[in-house]
Amino acid sequence: MTNLIWLIPILPLLGFLINGIGNKNVPRSVSGWIASLSVLGSFIISIGAFGTLMADPNVVIQADYFEWLSAGSFTLDFGFLVDRLSIVMLLFITGVGFLIHVYSIGYMHEEEDYARYFAYLNLFVFFMLLLVLGSSYVLMFVGWEGVGLCSYLLIGFWFKNNAYNDAAKKAFIMNRIGDLGFLLGMFLIFQTFGSLEYDTVFAGARQMTFDQPVLTAITLLLFVGAIGKSAQIPLYTWLPDAMAGPTPVSALIHAATMVTAGIYMVVRSNVLYVMAPFSSEVVAYVGLLTALMAGLIGLKQNDIKKVLAYSTVSQLGFMFVALGVGAYTTALFHVVTHAFFKALLFLCAGSVIHAMGGEQDVRKMGGLKKALPVTHLTFLIGTLAIAGAPPFAGFFSKDEILAGAWTHSYLIFGILAISAILTAVYMFRLYYLTFHGEFRGSKHQQEHLHESPISMTIPLMVLAGLSTVGGFLGMPEIFHMPHFLNNFLEPVTGWADLYAHGHASHTFEYTLIGSSLVLLIVIIYFVYNKYVKDAHVPKADHLVTGFQNVLANKFYVDEFYNTFITKPLNVLSSFSYNWIEKGFIDRIVNSFGYLTNGASGVLRLVQSGHIGLYIIAMVIAVILMFVFKMII
Amino acid sequence: MSKIAFFVLAFLSIFSAMMVVFSRKPVHSVLSLIFCFFTIAGHYILLNAQFLAAVHVIVYAGAIMVLFLFVIMLLNLNAESEPHKTSAGKIAAVVSGGLLLLVLVSVLKSTDGLHLSSAPDSQVGMVKNLGMVLYDKYMLPFEVSALLFLTAMIGATMIGKKELD
Amino acid sequence: MGSSILELVHINNYVMLAAILFAIGVMGVMFRRNTIIIFMCIELMLNAVNLLLVAFSTMHSDPGGQVMVFFIMAVAAAEVAVGLAILVMIYRNVKSVDIDILNKLKW
Repeated sequence: MTNLIWLIPILPLLGFLINGIGNKNVPRSVSGWIASLSVLGSFIISIGAFGTLMADPNVVIQADYFEWLSAGSFTLDFGFLVDRLSIVMLLFITGVGFLIHVYSIGYMHEEEDYARYFAYLNLFVFFMLLLVLGSSYVLMFVGWEGVGLCSYLLIGFWFKNNAYNDAAKKAFIMNRIGDLGFLLGMFLIFQTFGSLEYDTVFAGARQMTFDQPVLTAITLLLFVGAIGKSAQIPLYTWLPDAMAGPTPVSALIHAATMVTAGIYMVVRSNVLYVMAPFSSEVVAYVGLLTALMAGLIGLKQNDIKKVLAYSTVSQLGFMFVALGVGAYTTALFHVVTHAFFKALLFLCAGSVIHAMGGEQDVRKMGGLKKALPVTHLTFLIGTLAIAGAPPFAGFFSKDEILAGAWTHSYLIFGILAISAILTAVYMFRLYYLTFHGEFRGSKHQQEHLHESPISMTIPLMVLAGLSTVGGFLGMPEIFHMPHFLNNFLEPVTGWADLYAHGHASHTFEYTLIGSSLVLLIVIIYFVYNKYVKDAHVPKADHLVTGFQNVLANKFYVDEFYNTFITKPLNVLSSFSYNWIEKGFIDRIVNSFGYLTNGASGVLRLVQSGHIGLYIIAMVIAVILMFVFKMII
Repeated sequence: MSKIAFFVLAFLSIFSAMMVVFSRKPVHSVLSLIFCFFTIAGHYILLNAQFLAAVHVIVYAGAIMVLFLFVIMLLNLNAESEPHKTSAGKIAAVVSGGLLLLVLVSVLKSTDGLHLSSAPDSQVGMVKNLGMVLYDKYMLPFEVSALLFLTAMIGATMIGKKELD
Repeated sequence: MGSSILELVHINNYVMLAAILFAIGVMGVMFRRNTIIIFMCIELMLNAVNLLLVAFSTMHSDPGGQVMVFFIMAVAAAEVAVGLAILVMIYRNVKSVDIDILNKLKW
């Protein structure tokens, strides 16, 4: 199986080439399955590789294929590295990716550009796998850029709608800001360690002492990249707008895989981050702030996908807190469980939107429980999982993060706990508004409510199952079960674990589990009372006042960026355009044109067409030449 | 004897050349030019270029001037239909022509390195001698000139024929 | 013939004669409006040069100059044939050989 590693990214690439080049010549019935099966193939190979890695903790599959770049003393091999970290990523990317591909077959069946959609999706999977598989920062960066591109293409998939194009551009530009940080970080790494291969860099970093300024700079720059890609403050605003893309895309790219690339990168570079405690602290606080802020915004959003988007931002914040406090495996654990339940929630949302004929506003939904039984049930499971109800996946990973935060700092723990409570509140609010109460949509919509086709419900059920049992990958210590993920990832993060803070006490863990359970029940009770019993429906946008209005308007961050970054830039560029470009440079260039034009206008009169004159002129010129010759 | 012949011929050449320019009737111009060409042929003979003199008479006086005459008669040009320049234009032409002569003469005067180094070989311009050079050293240009004639023939035919409607 | 003409008449005389003939040709080109006369003046200029070439050829006892004159004659004959054909065509179209009518040669 290890010889087939190269096939993992190549299969989706093939799918992309077939669907992308064939485009509309590929039969509709075929293109979706080509795309899905190529990802399935990668999944199967990944399972094989997983088996190999399981057998022996010291096994790392490293394959250098060819010398890729060579400049002076710098050479870089194009190589893949499959260790225990990348295999976890590989498994859930290809696994969840496959389910979402299958779901898309049903979801997109009315779409004109069927093949183009699947081509983009496959290309995305290819780049994501490249990102994870690469054995150097450069290859990771290639994948990093590639997924950004695919994200852009898929957000703007319905490019006839200009607002969607704007959202795509926003995502792309915000990512570019982050990418610049990543790039600078890479340069600094190369300058410091003389290489960009993981092995060399980490070996070099282990030799260094703590708190080196250069390491702090590297890690902070890399983190800027992660901020862009994983939608953290201050670059998170693109993610909610990215919901313009088709819903399966939101599930795959903007919830499960691409946005976790930042987490993967930090986990991969855990050696560097351990050596730079200040950066880790920054990571933790940025994540914390994001988790809280996105959770607050999520409370007052009425677009089903927007709520999920802010929830994603918030959950990503959780993961960064985990990274910041040094709990790398926990972060990855949450990445995996989050991939399961957030993909599930998005796909359910897609199913709801599908049934509602494109309606995304929860104020016009309600009571969908009866019409969409499978979607309802799976959405409920997803909600329980994300809210952290035992024994669903989110419970274990979130508690682990909270425990990690507790050992690190009480302040972080406190704020994070509030964010967790917010998560439960807005998720149940969403759930009750959508599936309970009276139907608030139009008559026409009500008549057409229907459960989604089987190709959509099966991925839902599979993901619901995974969301239910996914948490058992990492059982807390107190249950006296092996923490599978921790043990599995030990070769990758073991060195970092040496520097980790002590474990939380058993009493604390019991308290945490108990109190989170009680709190959850209380929250559900209150939310149920408000939205189901009292049939409270969020007010129309213009009636919202006070702090709620601030939340509904997302803290006016977009407006803030607009006023303080976009507008000054526009003013500056319009100044450059109107004054420097048009007023100065253009005038210089044009004046040469006018000069030539005017001069030729005068000279043209000489060209009277009278040959006699020409001849006289010629003779005079010859005479002058002779005279000139004589004088000289 | 030869010296007198030269100056007489030179005078006749210049006079006939002037006649070409100043005669009012085109036919007179042509006839003057033919006469001018004959005087130039006389110069060639004086310069011991007998073969060239013969060729000159045949080609210029025989072929080219016949063409001119033929065209003039074909187009039925005469003194009445002859267009003339304005007097300003004529003065300008004469002045610039005179200036050119002045300049040319002064330039040529300033180069006084022209001296006969040795007695010229009188056999240079003979047919035998010239033929040896022409068919040996200048073989290729000679053949190419045949091609030029062919091209000129085709071109003249193409241009001169009536449009096929 | 015994002695060469060039031993009696200095080469400068030939140069002058050629220059005068050439200048007359140039003047004629400017002086007249009849295209055929202009054409003849050009022939005159060619002959002035020919004469000079032959004179120098004799002076240096080099047949190359005379061969060159030979080629010039060939080219002149071809040129006249084509040129007159064009002239006839022009006359057919505008019923004139006045060179000042042909003033479309601009822009």
